[in-house]
Amino acid sequence: MVMVVVLAGVAFYVYTQVARSSYLTGRYLEKQQPVQFSHKHHVGDDGIDCRYCHATVETTATASMPPTQTCMNCHSQLFSDSPYLEPVRASFRENKPIEWERVHDLPEFVYFNHSIHIAKGVGCSTCHGRIDEMPAVYQENTLQMEWCVACHRDPQNKIRPKSEIYNMEWQDDDLTADERTQLAKDYKIRDRVMLTSCSTCHR
Amino acid sequence: MPSQDSKKNFALLRDRILGRSGKDYWRSLEEFVDAPEFEEFVKREYPDHAETWDDSLSRRNFIKVMGASLALAGLSGCVIQPPEKIVPYVSQPEGTLPGRPLFFATSYSIGGVAMGLLAKSYDGRPIKIEGNPEHPGSRGATDVRAQASLLDMYDPDRSQHVQFRAEPRSWADFQTAFRAAIDQDRPNGGAGIRFLTETITSPTLIDQFKRLQAELPQAKWIQYEPINNDNALAGAKMAFGSTAQPIYHFEKAERILSLDDDVFSGFNVAYLKDYAAGKAWSPEKTDINRLYVVETTSTLTGAKADHRIAVKPSQLTEVAKAVAAKIGVGGATSTYTDNGKWIDAMTRDLMANKGKSLVVAGRTASPVVHALAHAMNNALGSVGQTVTYAEPFSPGTDRAQTDQLRDLVTDIENGLVKTLVIMGGNPAYNTPNDLRLDFNRLNTKVPLRVHLGSHYDETADICHWHVPEKHYLESWADGRAYDGTVTMTQPLIDPLYDSYSKYELVQLCFKENFDKKDYDIVRAFWQTQNVSAPAAVATTAAAANTARPTAASPANNASSNNANSAPASGTTAAGRGSQANTAGSAPAATSANAATAFEDRWRKYVHDGFVGNSAATAKTVTANSAFLSQPQPSQPAANGDLEILILPDPNVYDGRFANNGWMQELPKPLNKVTWDNVGLVSPKTAEKLGLNQSNRAEEYVGGDHGIAFINTKGTNQFSDTVDLTYQGSVIKNVPMWITPGQPDDTITIFLGYGRKRAGAIGNDIGYNVYDVRPSTALDFGTGSVKKTGEQVTISSTQIHFNMEGRDILRSWDLEAYNADTKMGEQEDMYPKSLYPYEQHQETYEHHHRWGMTVDLNNCVGCNACVIACQSENNIPVVGREQVDRHRMMHWLRIDAYFGGPDINQPNGPHFQPILCQQCEQAPCEVVCPVHATVHSAEGLNDMVYNRCVGTRYCSNNCPYKVRRFNFLLYQDWDTPQYKLMRNPEVSIRSRGVMEKCTYCTQRIAAARIEAEKAGLSKVPDGEIVTACQAACPTNVFTFGDMNDPESQVAKIKKNDPRDYKVLNELNTQPRTTYLAELRNQNKEMPDYLNPETPVGENLSQSPNTL
Repeated sequence: MVMVVVLAGVAFYVYTQVARSSYLTGRYLEKQQPVQFSHKHHVGDDGIDCRYCHATVETTATASMPPTQTCMNCHSQLFSDSPYLEPVRASFRENKPIEWERVHDLPEFVYFNHSIHIAKGVGCSTCHGRIDEMPAVYQENTLQMEWCVACHRDPQNKIRPKSEIYNMEWQDDDLTADERTQLAKDYKIRDRVMLTSCSTCHR
Repeated sequence: MPSQDSKKNFALLRDRILGRSGKDYWRSLEEFVDAPEFEEFVKREYPDHAETWDDSLSRRNFIKVMGASLALAGLSGCVIQPPEKIVPYVSQPEGTLPGRPLFFATSYSIGGVAMGLLAKSYDGRPIKIEGNPEHPGSRGATDVRAQASLLDMYDPDRSQHVQFRAEPRSWADFQTAFRAAIDQDRPNGGAGIRFLTETITSPTLIDQFKRLQAELPQAKWIQYEPINNDNALAGAKMAFGSTAQPIYHFEKAERILSLDDDVFSGFNVAYLKDYAAGKAWSPEKTDINRLYVVETTSTLTGAKADHRIAVKPSQLTEVAKAVAAKIGVGGATSTYTDNGKWIDAMTRDLMANKGKSLVVAGRTASPVVHALAHAMNNALGSVGQTVTYAEPFSPGTDRAQTDQLRDLVTDIENGLVKTLVIMGGNPAYNTPNDLRLDFNRLNTKVPLRVHLGSHYDETADICHWHVPEKHYLESWADGRAYDGTVTMTQPLIDPLYDSYSKYELVQLCFKENFDKKDYDIVRAFWQTQNVSAPAAVATTAAAANTARPTAASPANNASSNNANSAPASGTTAAGRGSQANTAGSAPAATSANAATAFEDRWRKYVHDGFVGNSAATAKTVTANSAFLSQPQPSQPAANGDLEILILPDPNVYDGRFANNGWMQELPKPLNKVTWDNVGLVSPKTAEKLGLNQSNRAEEYVGGDHGIAFINTKGTNQFSDTVDLTYQGSVIKNVPMWITPGQPDDTITIFLGYGRKRAGAIGNDIGYNVYDVRPSTALDFGTGSVKKTGEQVTISSTQIHFNMEGRDILRSWDLEAYNADTKMGEQEDMYPKSLYPYEQHQETYEHHHRWGMTVDLNNCVGCNACVIACQSENNIPVVGREQVDRHRMMHWLRIDAYFGGPDINQPNGPHFQPILCQQCEQAPCEVVCPVHATVHSAEGLNDMVYNRCVGTRYCSNNCPYKVRRFNFLLYQDWDTPQYKLMRNPEVSIRSRGVMEKCTYCTQRIAAARIEAEKAGLSKVPDGEIVTACQAACPTNVFTFGDMNDPESQVAKIKKNDPRDYKVLNELNTQPRTTYLAELRNQNKEMPDYLNPETPVGENLSQSPNTL
């Protein structure tokens, strides 16, 4: 009997570990993109603001991927004959979109909205990690429900001033807990019951 | 179909009963035991599911496979997400934001009446139809047809390329061949060319034909539609000497008499809005309008009547004369003697309200009835008040459409027609059987036949060339609304297939400039028009405006909502231009800036969806009753003992929606039949003919305060089929349906079914009435039926019409209610609860508290909300067989209950939309083993599809029966067209998942997010409009935050004493509450039901007639 319980316990533990492993969540997995685009270079070295490319992050549910036009704004002048950029030029020439591999992929029954998170003081790096240090973007977090809900239960732990949203170097403890609690009040962040209601994310 | 197992079970049951109870008992139960399905239908929500297994996998094998997969079941949550691509634009069009829907004004025409719409475009795909709040014919609401028209566009059965004798060809090939044929006829002035269309009111198309007339003076344009206005126009001619189109103003009418006019099923939601404005009751407005209906079958309008009589179709003319005589129309005499008291009291009431009463006549009524209605309106002083007149908007109305068709057929038979161009419509299917444009008639006589249509249908089949027609969401067009307002149609999407519009086809006939796109044609026409200074603005437009504040407040809400999310609704679908210039109508244009002035004007037309102030000028006409002395056209020869009435089907109409799954599965408003057409017969006549007698129909139940409800319990469960003879032709196997309220000895049959080439959905369903419908008796005539001895099961979603004595639907007498508005007060069950509840209440206090009221007084049962809900929430179509098993998926259903103590003289049916009641103490939640249905902080009863494992306990425990279960994979995951159509804001549910109404939680979330981004702590009232609320033409639904004392819903719940909870005694504390219906009875009427009389006593004396 004891053996059964122990075995069951071990099996459950193994199950939870497998379920959270990056094998299943895709965490830390760098993806091969059609263009060898480096966020490290564009964000970290050049200091381009996130919103230059992800233009609708403050207005709509998706942060949106930039149209080829956005790439060409610079690259019609810079590195305009680099072989690395041939797929971009080809896309622009042939009016054929670039097909990027999705890195952060939520299940279809989850309705995540970027704009409201930005409005409530959740910074990019809170979920996406140090994008400015990633040559190829990978998924920093599991994107599992337990991870979402951890913040939805206690949002004051993960918020920052509006001015720091796009700051990649921001750390949660740059503000004291009291300051963050005050911030949550200022942002009128809804309470835990509301934020963990099913229909907040699922429709 | 019951399986072997269930048969065996029932055989056992039968033996047991036989053994115990002796012969008498057996007899009474015989029907019951022979009809296992019936028993199951009443007793269980989802009959049969235990006994049937639909997949090829047997039950035993399934369990085996399940056993194996159970071992891995724990891992089912850890599926690796399949790789996905993100495909951005190459260069993003200005004004578009990915994932943010845009609304574009467009319009939809049926029967020559255009309704202004706003189509919701999600990343370039139209996914939902809403009404255009600014448009006078829509005022923010839509009808059921406009809602369902979306599915037509995505119909995978649409034809996809030009065809010649069913072989694919290119448009260029067609152009060459078609123009060659036209050119050949050009020397003769086009004498051999005939255009056949449906009713056309498009100013551009009319102009094109007019200009074509100059080039081809001998060519003819015929308009024919099986459901047309011939009688009304002929009646106007009789009364006025010239044709005129009446435009009604129901909002001003306090007393309305309908002579068989089913206004509420018409194309025009403006009338419904106006009627609802007069019918609306509030503590401030306790006076409501009164509707008298004389009709020949049961209709939506009759259902709403305060007093109603049913007469045979042939009697209607005499009834109208009798009414006219009383009202004082000179020369009116009648042979009709029944219902004298009824007519007396009714006419007295009309005359007492001179100038505020209105008489309307129906489409199937004879021209004399229409003429009499005009004369009566004249005598009642209604002209200029409740009714105005206008020139008909369609040309050629001086010749009836049926006569136009007859001329065409004569020309064809004389060999005069060389080229027949059929644009829209389906004449090979829907022309009268003696004027049928079928293969035999056309084959040798017409050398070139061209068909423009959305489907390769019956007509395409008999034509040489078939050209796919654009859907209205793919094309530029214009039309006229009910009051003549010019209405624009703009495309939302590039045509899905190689398709063309009427304009482009007609343009091909011109010598020059023949190759033009519809955009250029429509725009060029409006460039020539100077509408910026319209001729005298019609009174109608003004009237529509005055009605707005009372009638259309939710519509205003809708507009503000739409305005929020539609910043660029002026951009054309082609992506040209950015923001529309809303600079008002063009100022007097100088020649220098005429082009820009037009550009401004054009942009405004397209942005608004209509041309402002373009309603028809009122036409002054005077009715005289000289027509009464004219000889009447003889009625069709009597050749049968029954009268047969032919009506368009409430859902598929004349057959054009036959391939629309939403329309086929939509329960018909009065009898909830789906996927079929039936023949309606009265209870008495059914008994006489021995139809549907296997279950006893009658059962009464008393209600509160003067209303009893009749239950046609299971009578129609098995429909006898008959062979029906009409005017000498026979339709085989017409299933009969007993309908209380149907006049005796009259059978109503419905057009639009029995199609052979509708598509995968609409083929071979029901019987075809067109095959027996002669041009001499299009609407009614005599006939007979012969029982075939066979029975069929009709899929109806409401078999059990019994409220079992509970307080579910309230329909009260107005006067009694006004005298005592406290009569409906319900006891608050809340303190009786055993379980502490304060914690939840405290949560609700601090959040939005979403709630809804449903005003039964205004509900006319038109079904627009049901389809709106289906469209918004990606609700699948399940098919006839599944409906038979009661597995339909509509989240919102409309229940119908007949009222009154006599099944032969019922009132109603009364309608009650039932959707999830969002109980605060929800019985479904406590039984869910996996917490798939739980409450949100805002009090929504959330349904979490991804958690649901399909135990169906929740549905079992739901007292309102609003939960729907995906027994099979109903969603079509594979057809690419349907993928385009779905609302991406709503999860698409798969097999084994429970679903239900969520108050459109996606709309709530969208509004909440926008409000919070704007820094508001509350969503402003009116920002959230649920799909049903937006579609409803009569303001039945009100939705909002009950915690906000200024919100409309809170005010209604607080101030309107009619507010009640359904099944209050269960203490579910529903957030959805209902407002009782009020019947404004006239005490002098012989059919007045005294609310003081205890209903139960009435009932015990009522003769057992069936």
